[in-house]
Amino acid sequence: MMENETKTIEIKDLDFYYGDFQALENVTFDIPENKVTALIGPSGCGKSTFLRTINRMNDLIDGTRVDGDVIVEGDDIYKDEIDVVELRKEVGMVFQEPNPFPKSIYDNIAYGPRAHGITDTEKLDEIVENSLKHAALWDEVDDRLDQSAIGISGGQQQRLCIARALAVDPDILLMDEPTSALDPVATAKIEDLIDDLKEEYTIVIVTHSMQQAARISDYTAFFLMGEVIEHGPTQKIFEKPENQKTEDYITGRFG
Amino acid sequence: MHWKTKEKVVENVLFIFALSSIIFLTGIVIVLFREGLPIFGKVGILEFIFGPEWYPTYDPPGYGILPLIMGSFVVSVGAMILSVPFGVASAIFISYILPKNLKKVVKPVVELLAGVPSVVYGLFGMKILGPFIAKVFGLPTGLTGLTAAIMLGIMALPTIISIAEDAITSVPKSFRDASLALGATRWETIRNVIVPTASSGIVTGIILGMGRAIGETMTVLMVAGGAAIIPEMPSLAKPLAPLLDPLRPMTSTIAAEMGETAVGSPHYHSLFGIAIILFVITLFFNIIADVLSQRFKEKVSGE
Ligand SMILES: Nc1ncnc2c1ncn2[C@@H]1O[C@H](COP(=O)(O)OP(=O)(O)OP(=O)(O)O)[C@@H](O)[C@H]1O
Ligand SMILES: [Mg+2]
Repeated sequence: MMENETKTIEIKDLDFYYGDFQALENVTFDIPENKVTALIGPSGCGKSTFLRTINRMNDLIDGTRVDGDVIVEGDDIYKDEIDVVELRKEVGMVFQEPNPFPKSIYDNIAYGPRAHGITDTEKLDEIVENSLKHAALWDEVDDRLDQSAIGISGGQQQRLCIARALAVDPDILLMDEPTSALDPVATAKIEDLIDDLKEEYTIVIVTHSMQQAARISDYTAFFLMGEVIEHGPTQKIFEKPENQKTEDYITGRFG
Repeated sequence: MHWKTKEKVVENVLFIFALSSIIFLTGIVIVLFREGLPIFGKVGILEFIFGPEWYPTYDPPGYGILPLIMGSFVVSVGAMILSVPFGVASAIFISYILPKNLKKVVKPVVELLAGVPSVVYGLFGMKILGPFIAKVFGLPTGLTGLTAAIMLGIMALPTIISIAEDAITSVPKSFRDASLALGATRWETIRNVIVPTASSGIVTGIILGMGRAIGETMTVLMVAGGAAIIPEMPSLAKPLAPLLDPLRPMTSTIAAEMGETAVGSPHYHSLFGIAIILFVITLFFNIIADVLSQRFKEKVSGE
């Protein structure tokens, strides 16, 4: 199904547990490079959990356990010798709720590069400008970079968070319902942005909006109760789904 | 009785209790000023505060409380220099490193320490820490400013740890997640995001701890040595100089001398005068702490 694509992320027989509760079961599929892959499925089916296995953010939750392989750019990221900090440099994340730091716009963007040892102000200025331009936010904030990021609008905050993730120069961008807290105008801006970004980044996005998945993604994976029921090119999933459950969900006849 | 009448009764009873506690407190403040102000009239407020000689029972008497203020200041600052690093580090440790189930035990235990009567700390300082300090520094007596500063520092720790820990824990987890997801280490996250965000909360804890140190009486009365002299200036060669002599902070002066003064005498009024100064200082600390914790709330919830 993806003969010509390079696989950036391969997931094999992935099981995930919160304590005794199994949240992911036998998840196996590949995520191709420089494409947008959408994760859809009803609430509680494990989309966010799955997304967090790719940058190991689940490690922060006590009592979790992972079985199976997640291979990112050729490395099994759950092997002992993997440096999580290095992994997260390559795999950026944008959260459902915009979560800028209570710092200036500039310091928000410069945060990641600084953490990775860049101190040269000219270099930082350049990164900040490029990231904000990339996230289509530069024109709106270029005259107030030293203002607190808490004071800008929700849509701007979310683009700021995208810019902040881009500033670290990752290869992969994970987005967990990045537009669910936003109005249609801000949502449209972020969707356009995602379209531009896929030239350079591999994007995995969780969304509850079927229209959004159809509009922006190249591939879609449908999750149900911790399992991937169906996975494939978005067009095929939406027009000729193989599984009845997928069709029910997409057409809104579910449950 | 009709339920509405009942409710009215409850309301009124509560109102009377609330009103009387306010009246009591105001009454105390009024008496404090009535008994203390005459000394300002007698020796002049500036002479009182900045006068270098506290000889209330000599002839002619000296009513300058600068040595006492300096005593309080030196002991409290010394206490803070000790307790702030320990307190903040412990708060970070408890909220970020200690596993949750251990935290459930450690936090209440730390808070319990705040409830240990100060005479117990005093006894420890007098009989164990004091002799130890005398030996280490080769001093004639172990009852010095340093002994008091260490004991007060220990006593301020629970306040600082508890409030700073609350501030650190209330920093939204989403900030931590954002930082870690950007590839920052845990330590970078604590230093660059958590602590700065919690800073006003942490400072509130420090100020309240400092307020506790300045107002503490029993312990300093027991361990500070009680000499009303202006502490020696610190120098590079002797950085601990101000702390190695016996000192007499404001609180212990009041406690030690109140019994031997005749009501209405200048000495009596001057002790109330000291109380006014203490009252103003601690009030000031509490107001700052309040303002800062307000600012902390705004910061976390978004200005
Ligand atoms: N920290 C946690 N501890 C225990 N169980 C959790 C935790 N987080 C999620 N779960 C459980 O794991 C399952 C999958 O949750 P997850 O958040 O991945 O779902 P989701 O598909 O992202 O849902 P939504 O669309 O509502 O965001 C749910 O049953 C949820 O209750
Ligand atoms: Mg989710």
